[in-house]
Amino acid sequence: MSRIAKRYSELRAENRAGFIPFITAGDPDAETSFAILEKLPEAGADIIELGMPFSDPMADGPDIQAASMRALNAGMTVKGTLALVKRFRARDTDTPIVLMGYYNPIHAYGVENFAADAGAAGVDGLIIVDLGPEEDVVLRAPAKKAGLDIVRLATPTTDDARLATVLDGAGGFLYYVSIAGVTGTKTFTEDDVKAAVARIRRMSQLPCAVGFGIRDAEQAAGIARFADAAVVGSAIVSGIAKSLASARPNTRLIADTLEFCRKLADAVHKARD
Amino acid sequence: MSVPPNSFRLGPDAEGHFGAFGGRYVAETLMPLLLKLEADYNAAKDDPKFQAELNGLLKHYVGRPSPLYLAQRLTEHLGGSKIYLKREELNHTGAHKINNCIGQILLAKRMGKTRIIAETGAGQHGVATATVAALFGLPCVIYMGEVDIERQKPNVFRMNLLGAEVRPVNSGSRTLKDAMNEALRDWVANVHDTFYIIGSAAGPHPYPSIVRDFQTVIGKETREQMMAAEGRLPDLLVACVGGGSNAIGLFHPFLNDPSVAIHGVEAAGEGVDTPRHAATMSKGTPGVLHGARSYLLQDADGQILEAHSISAGLDYPGVGPEHSWLKESGRVTYVSATDSEALAAFQLTCRLEGIIPALESSHAIAHVMRVAPKMGKEKLIVIGLSGRGDKDVFTVADALGEKL
Repeated sequence: MSRIAKRYSELRAENRAGFIPFITAGDPDAETSFAILEKLPEAGADIIELGMPFSDPMADGPDIQAASMRALNAGMTVKGTLALVKRFRARDTDTPIVLMGYYNPIHAYGVENFAADAGAAGVDGLIIVDLGPEEDVVLRAPAKKAGLDIVRLATPTTDDARLATVLDGAGGFLYYVSIAGVTGTKTFTEDDVKAAVARIRRMSQLPCAVGFGIRDAEQAAGIARFADAAVVGSAIVSGIAKSLASARPNTRLIADTLEFCRKLADAVHKARD
Repeated sequence: MSVPPNSFRLGPDAEGHFGAFGGRYVAETLMPLLLKLEADYNAAKDDPKFQAELNGLLKHYVGRPSPLYLAQRLTEHLGGSKIYLKREELNHTGAHKINNCIGQILLAKRMGKTRIIAETGAGQHGVATATVAALFGLPCVIYMGEVDIERQKPNVFRMNLLGAEVRPVNSGSRTLKDAMNEALRDWVANVHDTFYIIGSAAGPHPYPSIVRDFQTVIGKETREQMMAAEGRLPDLLVACVGGGSNAIGLFHPFLNDPSVAIHGVEAAGEGVDTPRHAATMSKGTPGVLHGARSYLLQDADGQILEAHSISAGLDYPGVGPEHSWLKESGRVTYVSATDSEALAAFQLTCRLEGIIPALESSHAIAHVMRVAPKMGKEKLIVIGLSGRGDKDVFTVADALGEKL
């Protein structure tokens, strides 16, 4: 059983939702982001989404755009991202890591090499925002060979016919994008998301995580009552930005980020109590 | 490619690929809309009422057909082949961009969309979009990089006069590529009511085909006008290539005529051997940006590099996917001209022909200045004069060290 499948089955057995924090690899620099990454499981992360920085992140709002730029300015690369995962994996063999990013850096790296190196580093799944079912054929065989799940996205604009296309070849879990918009910019209506998740469940056995618009513990708890996992990204990285802006020491930045994650995780884990 | 294809004019395939280029690399939110756009566009193409409305507007509003004009003094000055200018700068709004905007706003209307967005580099596409939005009474938001706003102030004011809101983009290099990112973000957030009028033959399928189809009016007219003037096809077509919409519009109707040589001219900025250029096909490598696989300026890690050109309309690190395919298939030759070559061509055309060409189009003229003297006097060259240069006078004055 893959790490992702195992984690969701544990969550199901405990009747609780998973908490998935997102941070960008190399934000604000490689060492600081590793210090956060390695402590995320302790802070309650069930799965970790690690952003691969890209110069032109067109599905992301200002917070994650800025995180990407900080990481790139500090010299983060695809190789560097995989190295962070490898270091993490040396200490933690249970917490799944899903890379989230855009296709061009992978294309430049070479799809087959990337899949092989990601698998070897201990990556479990890939969310490539701009590589949907129409174009990801090149990735499917190499990903399978490397034991990587291709995590697909469904959105408020995905109707039933389209959902069938999205689900074909999807692995790990389905990521439901709660808003029609870029990351961290709008607020969802819980009832709409609930209806969408119910619709997805009728068509698929895959666990369903929800993200893109969750900014605080209360919203995360609301989602956790019916979805299999809640993803929080922009709110976490905007905390990093604030910490940098107020020139707090790095130890403080790391502690604050982890503390915020702990709060979110608690809210998610207790939502169904 | 060892065996040339039977036709260079059949692309793209059903999935939007021109050979290994093109496609639909977008966020899932946009996919249902792109599929609907494709279906609605295909229906519109076959609808005589749609075509009649389009042709009526092109004639009475845009002022088509645009003249094919024999540039006698430029021809004599260069002392070689006969040079014709396809005068898209005489269109309403002063560039070829309006051809596509008229077509796309009719599509928007057909699809029941009530809000228009667009990206712009030089501002020509923004002005053309603001114009058609005013004509159809739709609210319009134009995304424009802060750098471009600075160097194209007259166009910003024109857009405002036309009732459009110009939103400055301060991310990344603050030019066309970033404006396109921001327009895509707006579109993702407003898919229900918004139509995105892409101005270049780039972006995800079906945009490269839609833009090309609306721009092929340039090449179709050129063909007829050249037959009327000279009784034969031209020997060489030359157009500038940023994203490549005016070039593909001129080239496409001639792609299957082997006697017609075709040259696309990219912006070499300060030189293709410096880091400051926009010569995507000469110096770039294939990659994926803004929804399509095409040639890109990128670093070894797949991060997009900033382009540079004196001309805002060519200042883009990508290129339309059909151009990438035409390059690889060998049908079109892509060359480049530097900022200073374009400036010289700009000045020469002003003085010899009484025409102020856009800095974009000046790149095509610069290339012709190199090749026309070496070609025979009996040869016929057509330059796509894609826009007028009134918008560029501040940039040119600055480059020439004059203060206005």
